[in-house]
Amino acid sequence: MTSDALPEHDPRFDSVDAVRDRLRSVDYLSDEGIAGIVYLADRLGKPILVEGPAGTGKTQLAKSVAEITGARLIRLQCYEGLDESKALYEWNYKKQLLRIQASRNEADSASWDDIEDDIFSDEFLLTRPLLEAIRAEDPVVLLIDEVDRVEVETEALLLEILSDYQVSIPELGTITARQIPLVFLTSNNTRELSEALKRRCLYLHVDYPDMEREKEIVLTKVPGVSETLADEIARIVRSIRQLELKKSPSVSETIDWARTLVLLGVDHVDTETAVATTNILLKYQSDIAKATKELTAEPAGVKRPGAPGAPAR
Amino acid sequence: MSDTVIDPVADDDGGDPVAGDALVDLLNGFIVELREAGLPVSLTEHLDAMEAVRFIPLDDRSAFKYALAATLVKNHAHWRAFETVFEVYFSLRGAEYAIDPDAELAELPEDVESGDARDGAGQAPANAGSGEALTPEELAQMLYQALLQGDDAMMRAMARQAVRRYAGMEPGRPVGGTYYLYRTMRNLDLDGMLEQMMQQSREDAPEPLTPLEERLEHDEYENRINQFKQEVEAEIRRRLVADRGVEAMAKTLRKPLPEDIDFMHASRKEMISLRKALQPLTRRLAVRLARKRRHGRKGPLDFRNTVRHSLSYGGVPAEPKFRYPRPAKPEIFVIADISGSVAAFARFTLHLVHAIASQFSRVRSFVFIDGIDEVTRFFEGTEDIVEAVHRVNTEADVVWVDGHSDYGHAFEVFWQKWGTEVGPKTTVIILGDARNNYHASQSWVIKEIRHRARHVYWLNPEPRAYWDTGDSIVGEYGVHCDGTFECRNLRQLEGFVDHLV
Ligand SMILES: Nc1ncnc2c1ncn2[C@@H]1O[C@H](COP(=O)(O)OP(=O)(O)O)[C@@H](O)[C@H]1O
Ligand SMILES: [Mg+2]
Repeated sequence: MTSDALPEHDPRFDSVDAVRDRLRSVDYLSDEGIAGIVYLADRLGKPILVEGPAGTGKTQLAKSVAEITGARLIRLQCYEGLDESKALYEWNYKKQLLRIQASRNEADSASWDDIEDDIFSDEFLLTRPLLEAIRAEDPVVLLIDEVDRVEVETEALLLEILSDYQVSIPELGTITARQIPLVFLTSNNTRELSEALKRRCLYLHVDYPDMEREKEIVLTKVPGVSETLADEIARIVRSIRQLELKKSPSVSETIDWARTLVLLGVDHVDTETAVATTNILLKYQSDIAKATKELTAEPAGVKRPGAPGAPAR
Repeated sequence: MSDTVIDPVADDDGGDPVAGDALVDLLNGFIVELREAGLPVSLTEHLDAMEAVRFIPLDDRSAFKYALAATLVKNHAHWRAFETVFEVYFSLRGAEYAIDPDAELAELPEDVESGDARDGAGQAPANAGSGEALTPEELAQMLYQALLQGDDAMMRAMARQAVRRYAGMEPGRPVGGTYYLYRTMRNLDLDGMLEQMMQQSREDAPEPLTPLEERLEHDEYENRINQFKQEVEAEIRRRLVADRGVEAMAKTLRKPLPEDIDFMHASRKEMISLRKALQPLTRRLAVRLARKRRHGRKGPLDFRNTVRHSLSYGGVPAEPKFRYPRPAKPEIFVIADISGSVAAFARFTLHLVHAIASQFSRVRSFVFIDGIDEVTRFFEGTEDIVEAVHRVNTEADVVWVDGHSDYGHAFEVFWQKWGTEVGPKTTVIILGDARNNYHASQSWVIKEIRHRARHVYWLNPEPRAYWDTGDSIVGEYGVHCDGTFECRNLRQLEGFVDHLV
C-alpha cells in the first residue's frame, strides 16, 4: 500500500464532528458525508475527488479546508490543452541559453558536462502547481480544479502524484513530498474520468443541499437576511429544483437571489417578487417560463381528489 | 489464532484486533454482495475500505456508510444500488437495529405510552405489546400529528407501528416487500392526510393562501410523507431480512444498475435514473467514437508517397507514408416503433443516436405505429434533444387506423415515400419488438431496402427467448437484415452503437 514510504503526519482533525464545526467557523456548511470524507482523507492520506453539478461548493470546500488547517492553497486550474509544462514544471530555456552563451566566454574552462549539470539544476527550473505542492515545506492544500476539462490522456500526468506524492523529472530524479498534502480534485462531470484516476481517490458526490442546509448557507452568507426570508428562499428553491429543468439553480444562484432580495428590501417573497426575480435563479428562458407557470398556477393539479378530512379506512 | 493471519485492519497502530477480525469478514461479505449487484470493486478499493473502517466505527451507522461509499463507489449512478445492498447487509447489525418487541416499546416516544392509548390496552389484552393497543383511529391521528409537525422520531415510531399492524407479515411467507408495502399503505390514506394538512394550513393562515404558498406547503408535506414512506420501507426490509437472512434478501431487493435496467419494464423511478444515466453515456460514447475516428487504423505503406517525400531528404526514406483508409461517414436512417411498451426504448435510442449525430454524415428519423412519419425536423436546429424527443411523442403523425402496431403497413408507406432516398451510404436501423398484431408482414420491403442500403440492422428490446413467440415476427424480417440485436438496456444499446461506427 502506498503510505509505507511516506512521511507520517499528525492528523489534522480529531473527529468528523470537528471537521464539521471548523468548516462552519469559516462559513462553510458541510454535511455528514462531506465532513466524513475530509476526515477520512486526512487519516488515509488520500486525495478526494469531488464530483457534482456546478455551483454546489466543490471549489469552496478545498479553499475552506485550507483555511481551517492554516495551509496555503495551491490551485491548478484545468483547461483543455493543459500540459506538463503548465501543470508540473518547465525548464527555463531562455535562462539556459544565456548560461550556455556565458560559458563560451569563460575561456573554455567549463566542460560540457559541467554546463549540462548546471543548466539542469534547480536554478533553471520553473515550478508549476503540482511540483510546487510536492516540494512545499509549509502545509499546503492542493486543488486540481475542474479536472474533467483536460483530455483523458493528460490525466496520466496526475497519477504518480496522486498515488505516491512524488514527481519524476528525468534530469533531476524523483522528488518526493516532505509531507502529504490534502489534495482535492473537482469535476463538474462533463465527462467520465478514467478508472485509474478514480481508483486513487476517495469519491465524494456533492449535490444540491437539502432545504435546512441551504437555509443555513443563506443565513451565513447573506448579511441582513432574516430567518423567515431565508426559510422562504430555501423552500422556493427546493420547489423549483423539483421541476424538470435544463439547469437547476445552484447554491451560488440561491445566494445571489437572496442578496438581491435583501437589496430590494424584500422581507417576504410573494408571487410577484418571485416571478420578477427568477431570472437570477434560472439561466434559460424556457426554464424561467416553466418556473413562472408552475409557481403561479392555481394548484388544481396539486389538490387531491377526496373530501378534506376523509376518514382513514 | 490471529498471529498467523495477515489482517490489514488489525495491524500495528490502534485497531482493536478482536473487532478487526470480525470486521474483515463482515467487509468481505459486503463486497461479495456489492459485486453480485454488478458494482465494479477493485482490489485496491477493497483494501482502501478496510483501511477506512479503522477510523470510522460501525456504530456510527451513517458515517460508516459514507466511508464505505467513498472508497467503493466511484460513480454516482451506482449509489442507489450501493445503498440498497448496504441497508440490507447491515440492517440487523448494531444494537439499535435489533428487532426485539421490547426494545421497540422502549423506543416509542413518551406520549405514545402515557397518552390516551393506555385506555385501549384493556380492550385488547391478547396483544401484549402496548403499540398494538392503539386503535386504528388513534394510530391515524398520531401519524397525522407527526406529519403535521414534521416530528421525525414520531414518524419513525409510527412507521414501525403501521408495519406491525397492517403489513400482516408472517415468517417464511414467500411474498415480496412491495406486497407488504401495499398492504401497509392501503390502510393509511396518506393522500387524505395530505389534503387534510393543506386544509389545516389554509385555516391557520390569516389570509387566503396564494398559489405560491399553496405549492410550498404542499411540497413540504409531500416531502414529509415521502420520508415516512421510506421509514415504512426500511422497517419492512428489516423484518424481511430478520426472517429470511441477508443473502436471500440481498438477492430479491437488488436494484439493477441504470445501465442494466430493462427498457420495457422500468418503473417510474427507474426511468428517471435511466434518463440521468443517458447523458454521461452519450458523452462517453462521443469521446470514444471521435477518438476511434481520429487515431483510426493505419493503412498499408504508401510506397509512392514515401519515395516522393524521400527526395527532400536526399533519397533517404526518412518519413514513411501510409495510406489512411478514410471511410465516408455513414448516413443513418432510424425507423422506430413508438407504440406502448417499446416507446421508452425508441426514445432512448433516438436520443442516443441524435446525441452522437456528428459521427454520421446525416441522421434521419422515422417513427411509426400503424402510420409512419418523418421526425428529422424536430432534431434539426435544436440543441435540446430531450425536447425534440418529447415532440416526437406528442406531434408525430403515426396513427393510421387504430393505433396498434402495424409494421407491414408502416414499412410499405416508408418504401413508397422514402424508398428511393436509401442509398449505398445509408445504414438503416429498425427499432421494435416486431409484434405485428397478426397483420401482414410485408417483409419484402426490408429485402428491397437491404438491396439499396449499406447495412440494415434490427434492434429488439425483448429478450431473445421471446422472439417469434405469439405475434412477434422478428425472424421474418431478420432474415433480410445484416444483423438482429437484443437491446434490452443501455449497456446493450451502447454496445451496438460502438459496433456501428
Ligand atoms: N456548503 C456551502 N457552504 C457555504 N457556501 C457554499 C456552500 N456551497 C456553495 N457555497 C457557495 O456557493 C458558491 C459557489 O461555490 P463553488 O465552490 O464555486 O462551486 P463549484 O466549485 O461546485 O462550482 C461559493 O461562493 C460558495 O461560497
Ligand atoms: Mg468550481
